[in-house]
Amino acid sequence: MLIFEQSQASRRNGAQVSTQPVAADGIPAHLRRKHRPALPGVSELQAVRHYTRLSQKNFSIDTHFYPLGSCTMKYNPRACHALALLPNFANKHPLTPASHGQGFLGCMYDLQNILREVTGMRGVSLAPMAGAQGEFAGVAMIRAYHDAQGDHARTEIICPDAAHGTNPATATMCGYTVREIPTDAEGDVDIEALKAAVGPQTAGIMLTNPSTLGVFDRRIKEIADIVHHAGGLLYYDGANLNAILGKVKPGDMGFDVIHMNLHKTFSTPHGGGGPGAGPVGVSERLLPFLPVPLVSFADNRFQVMDESDRPQTIGRMSAFNGNAGILLRAYVYIRMLGREGMERVGNFSTLNANYLLHTLTQAGFEAALPGRRATHEFILTLRKLAKETGVTAMDLAKRLLDLGYHAPTTYFPLIVPECLLIEPTETESKEALDGFISAMRQILNEAREQPELVKNAPHTMPVKRLDDVRAARELDIRWKPAQPQ
Amino acid sequence: MPFIPHTEDDIAQMLAAIGARSIDELFDEIPAALRARGLGNIPSGLSELEVTRLMQDAAELDRPLRCFAGAGAYEHHIPAAVWQLVSRGEFYTAYTPYQAEASQGTLQLLYEYQSMVTALTAMDASNASLYDGASALAEAVLMAVRAHRKSKSKRILMPKSVHPHYRQVAHAIVKNQGIELVEIGYDPATGQIDQAQLKGFEGTDVTALVIPQPNFFGALEEVDTLTDWAHAHNMLVIGLVNPVALALLSPPGEWGETGADIVCGDGQPLGIPLSWGGPYFGFMCCKIEHVRQMPGRIIGRTVDTEGKPGFVLTLQAREQHIRRSKATSNICTNQGLMVTAATIHMSIMGAAGLEHAAGLCARNTQILVDKLSGIGLRPLFRGGRFHEVTIKLSQPVGPVLEKMAAHGILGGYDLKKHYPELGETLLVCATETKTEADLEAYVTALAQALQAS
Repeated sequence: MLIFEQSQASRRNGAQVSTQPVAADGIPAHLRRKHRPALPGVSELQAVRHYTRLSQKNFSIDTHFYPLGSCTMKYNPRACHALALLPNFANKHPLTPASHGQGFLGCMYDLQNILREVTGMRGVSLAPMAGAQGEFAGVAMIRAYHDAQGDHARTEIICPDAAHGTNPATATMCGYTVREIPTDAEGDVDIEALKAAVGPQTAGIMLTNPSTLGVFDRRIKEIADIVHHAGGLLYYDGANLNAILGKVKPGDMGFDVIHMNLHKTFSTPHGGGGPGAGPVGVSERLLPFLPVPLVSFADNRFQVMDESDRPQTIGRMSAFNGNAGILLRAYVYIRMLGREGMERVGNFSTLNANYLLHTLTQAGFEAALPGRRATHEFILTLRKLAKETGVTAMDLAKRLLDLGYHAPTTYFPLIVPECLLIEPTETESKEALDGFISAMRQILNEAREQPELVKNAPHTMPVKRLDDVRAARELDIRWKPAQPQ
Repeated sequence: MPFIPHTEDDIAQMLAAIGARSIDELFDEIPAALRARGLGNIPSGLSELEVTRLMQDAAELDRPLRCFAGAGAYEHHIPAAVWQLVSRGEFYTAYTPYQAEASQGTLQLLYEYQSMVTALTAMDASNASLYDGASALAEAVLMAVRAHRKSKSKRILMPKSVHPHYRQVAHAIVKNQGIELVEIGYDPATGQIDQAQLKGFEGTDVTALVIPQPNFFGALEEVDTLTDWAHAHNMLVIGLVNPVALALLSPPGEWGETGADIVCGDGQPLGIPLSWGGPYFGFMCCKIEHVRQMPGRIIGRTVDTEGKPGFVLTLQAREQHIRRSKATSNICTNQGLMVTAATIHMSIMGAAGLEHAAGLCARNTQILVDKLSGIGLRPLFRGGRFHEVTIKLSQPVGPVLEKMAAHGILGGYDLKKHYPELGETLLVCATETKTEADLEAYVTALAQALQAS
């Protein structure tokens, strides 16, 4: 039932209305609202009960194993949330002078430096509010760099065909055309195709390493040399940073600019789809172009630098200071892990992924790239199973929900048929992984013995499979009050 | 080491299953030359107790100020229930609802959100949020260029009465696509969009006009006249609005004869803590004929195989994970958790509660103006306003604000950096959180600061 269907227009929530008189005299009559908006008229109890019940219809990390590949659904420590909501932080207006913000600013300054160290870059800006905005900032800096060199012939960005959809979409937003290059049979970038693609029109390449196929591109140095030799720059999509945290620094691989997803690697909440945070790190030559604001330390005080201090900046990404409260959560997480803890993230996310890969292939699942190590994630393909039994990756995903596991990412990357992209993260115990393996075995048996059971899953969710086609064709995207009689 | 549960036994068993001798061996595909030499300069880990103390000490440095600053972020009361519910793990730690059957909670909440925002704005369609108000304005500009197929100019009229940071963000995001943001001045007497300057664009190809309501100065624009003028000259109208103000102000869907075409703004006033500027969320609405040009997630209601109603992500063919380089935007994640807060906030407040809060804002600002006239200070602009006002000072605003901060008051925003032509002008805001005593304290502190100079 919708909240609107429990509502009465005349019901007031008395606790939110004081006895003070209200007079909006400053508003001329012709600019005033003529009728009240159709917001819910419910009591506080009705609202609390309704949204508590809605929450119970969700899978979440706190309630279920969530092996969603490329999303890094690791545990979100409660301390990060509690400490970011300390009243002096939560109530701080963005235009508060630096004199009254040395605590918050100090945390941001530390975070900039720690992320710089982790990634091996020369400078970091915390401004972008999500991974996709970090990508935008990164490619905009590549463009600003070429423009500053007076090199206006570079009109193309190269993306592997396995790239996240945000990569080509970002290149377009920055005014570039996208040239796609294929992946070879072992999952690495096709070097010959890359050599053929680069030239004086190449502004740069956008890469994820480990790639979205869950493998580390072994020839990354060669790729970097080819692109740099052609005068292009290298963009690192940090979506998979969790795999190599403490193991490899993107700066050492030759990347010029990277974005990080703090909601993945640094455990800030996914929140049902954000907010994220997408800080960017750059090499020496891109330093002047970093987005603002930046936090500096001079004369024993932390200060905010904006476009007046950074004349070559690509500009501002948000009205104020990015997703500052999310940055604070990431800072708390990083301070708890420390150097030793961060070095263990890459180790144990990789151990968990390889354990699942080996055990599942032994159980009869097919690895998309046999013979390759898993990084923090890996791909299974159900192409044979689908041919034999008619059970698809989508069917298996839905059946997993019945068994109490969130589904892996399905049908991404687009170049592997009937694929499941599985990322367990380092925070899952062996017991949780073993439970997931049992569920996968069970579904494999069911697919062979009673395929209809799997094809009609889920059976235990609040709803059965939903009609996507009807949703798009008969668009119903808001509740409408009944017409007055 | 925190948050990694593996025992030595677990590690041994897992390595045996894999057939590897050590965890290090799992990294043998990475060229040796690339292996990092540790994270030497990063401090060692802290226990939860230690990090709590560290953050409490940092927070202690940030002494709170009584907040009279607005300028795009507003202090409002948030019902206690809002963040208790938002902090439930089932909301806090879920992800984008790709598996609809296991995400009906988030999906239904987002559908209810879309319904509430379209009710507030009187528009047909809403997305499930963007990052913040400034980036939402940038996306609205890009959307207008896509949606207005008859306009070839990619020229957008961007009034100076729009928040200066919003204009900067819009510029940074759209400049690489050959879009021109043409600055429109304001009337020095009223602070409203200069309609005489608009006349110069009649008969030329312009894609859209941005109308802020209230504008950055707190002044109310003549939205009906402006909307009808823009439509008469083949422009789309992008409304940039404050959602709490809409409890009192004419909604953009009803501006002029046919209403605004695209509406955006920042949702922070709907239950989101100030938190030094973020995370907030951007909202975006449009007329139904433009819905396929709207960026971001959209939730639709449909039925399952047994005819039972349910909710899904819909119109995904607009989005980056399907359309890649031809998507409407690169946006992927939005601000889901903030939208969760806003939806619960609007439900608990209801239309009457929101209208009451908005009315108190307007009243408190009027009381403040009256009290300031008692010390000889007057609003710079005449005309209607909501909860913000510009005040002309006879001495530099910067030092005055510093003195007020020393007395525990965040006195407002100095307009000189972005509006040097206004001289020494202060933008001040009084929301419903201010008591009579707060307003009195403000006037006293300002008078003292002015005298001390």
